[in-house]
Amino acid sequence: MKFIDEYRQSDLALKLAEKIATISDKPLKLMEVCGGHTHAIFKYGIEDLLPPNIEMIHGPGCPVCVIPLGRTDDCISLALEPNVIFTTFGDMMRVPGSHTNLLDAKAKGADVRMVYSPLDALKIAKQNPTRHVIFLALGFETTSPSTAMTILQAEKDNIENFSVFCNHIMIVPSLKAMLDSPDLQLDGFVGPGHVSTVIGTRCYEFVPREYGKPLVVAGFEPLDILQAVYMIVKQISEGRAEVENQYGRVVSPDGNCKALEVLSEVFEPRDYFEWRGLGSIAHSGMKLKPKYAQFDAELKFDVPGLKVADPKACQCGEILKGVKKPWECKVFGTACTPETPIGSCMVSSEGACAAYYNFGRLSKIAQRSANSGVR
Amino acid sequence: MCLAIPGKIVEIIDAENFIAKVEVGGVRRGVNIGMLDDVQIGDWVLVHVGFAMSKIDEKQAAETLRTLQELGAYQEEFDQFKTTID
Ligand code: SF4
Repeated sequence: MKFIDEYRQSDLALKLAEKIATISDKPLKLMEVCGGHTHAIFKYGIEDLLPPNIEMIHGPGCPVCVIPLGRTDDCISLALEPNVIFTTFGDMMRVPGSHTNLLDAKAKGADVRMVYSPLDALKIAKQNPTRHVIFLALGFETTSPSTAMTILQAEKDNIENFSVFCNHIMIVPSLKAMLDSPDLQLDGFVGPGHVSTVIGTRCYEFVPREYGKPLVVAGFEPLDILQAVYMIVKQISEGRAEVENQYGRVVSPDGNCKALEVLSEVFEPRDYFEWRGLGSIAHSGMKLKPKYAQFDAELKFDVPGLKVADPKACQCGEILKGVKKPWECKVFGTACTPETPIGSCMVSSEGACAAYYNFGRLSKIAQRSANSGVR
Repeated sequence: MCLAIPGKIVEIIDAENFIAKVEVGGVRRGVNIGMLDDVQIGDWVLVHVGFAMSKIDEKQAAETLRTLQELGAYQEEFDQFKTTID
C-alpha cells in the first residue's frame, strides 16, 4: 500500500492539490482515459488529495478490459486449432471467456505462449516452420505500430506460417463515443501519455472545438496527473477549452510520423468494433489491409465471431463507461478478486476494479460513499 | 499496458532490420529502432513491447525508471523485457 505521503515529491503534490481547491468549487467530472493513469491514481490515492468537488471518472483506456467476451472466446477457439501456436501478451492469459480462459486452454494442451513482443512471436514462427503461429494483437496506438512493423518484417522475410488476430483499437473514436454518451456528462479529460507519443496532440483538437471541453495530455507521475487536473480546472474557471500538453518532455504535437506511416500502410479502420461496456463504436478498431490478407488470422481460420453478453453479475460495462464505481458491483471483492476474476476489469492491473482492489481499500472516497449507502 | 521502460542503446546489431541492443538494468536484448530517426549508440529510448518508441534524455530516463519503480510496475516490465526468444 503506497499513498501520497510516501511519494518523494509529496510536498509539491499537496501544494498543487491545495491550489486546485482554490480555483474552483464547482462540481467537476474529469475522465482519465488511460489505464496507466487509473493505476497511478489509485496507487497514490490521488482522489483523496483532490477537493471533494472534483470527481475522477476512470475511462476505457485499459485495452485488455475492453475486449468483449466474444473476442476472448475467439482467442480460445484459435488457440485450440490443430497445429497452432497461439502467442499473446501475459495480461490476456487470465481474462475469462464465456467458459474458460487461455491459461486453462493451455493446461488442457493448447500451445499458448506468452511473448514480450510481436517480434518474438515472429521468431517462434521462424523456429517452427511446420506449425502456424498466431499473435494476438491488442492495444491502442502505443502498441499497434509494433504489430504493423512486425507484419512488414514477416513479409520481408517471406514467413508464411505467421498471422495476427487483430484487436487493435483507436483512442480518438473511443473518446468521441464517451463524449456522445448521454449517461456521461464530463467536464474535461486527462489525455493519455504514451498513446500521444504516437498520435501527437493535434488529433484531440475536436474535443474543445466540437464539444467545448478541455483535454490535457499527462505523464504518469502523481505530479503530472495533478498538474494536468490543475490545468483543466484552470481552463474551466477561465472559460477556456483547449488541448494542452503537460507531457511535452515526451509528447510532440505531431506524434511519431514513422509510426503513423506504418500504421496506415498495414491497417485500415473496421466499420465497427465491439467494446465491452461501450458497445459497437464506428471506425474504432483496426484490421489488416487486403494487401496483407495473408497475415490475417481472421481470414485464415474459422473464427466464431459471436457476440456474447457479459455474465449478469458483472458490471464491467458500467465501470468502463465510468457510470459505476468498482465497489458498487455486488461481486466486487467477494466472488470477483484478482485471483478469481469474473470480469476483465479485475484482471489487468490497469483495470479500475483491480486497481481499486489492490490499493483502494482504505480510500476515503470509497468509505464516504459506502457510508452514505451508495452500495 | 501502455507503459514503456527506458533503456540505453549500446550496439546496433542489424542495421538492415533496425535491431539494436538496448540495456535496461544491466540486461541487454534486441530492440527494434525502426520507428525512430537516427538513433545513436548512447541514446536513451523508451521501449514498449520490443520497439523503441521515443528518444528521451538521460535525466528523463532516470525519472521514468523511478516512477515505474514507485508504481510497482517496473519489475513486471523488466521481467518481460528480460525474456528473450533465441
Ligand atoms: S468487480 Fe468483477 S464483476 Fe464486478 S465489475 Fe469489477 S471486474 Fe466486473
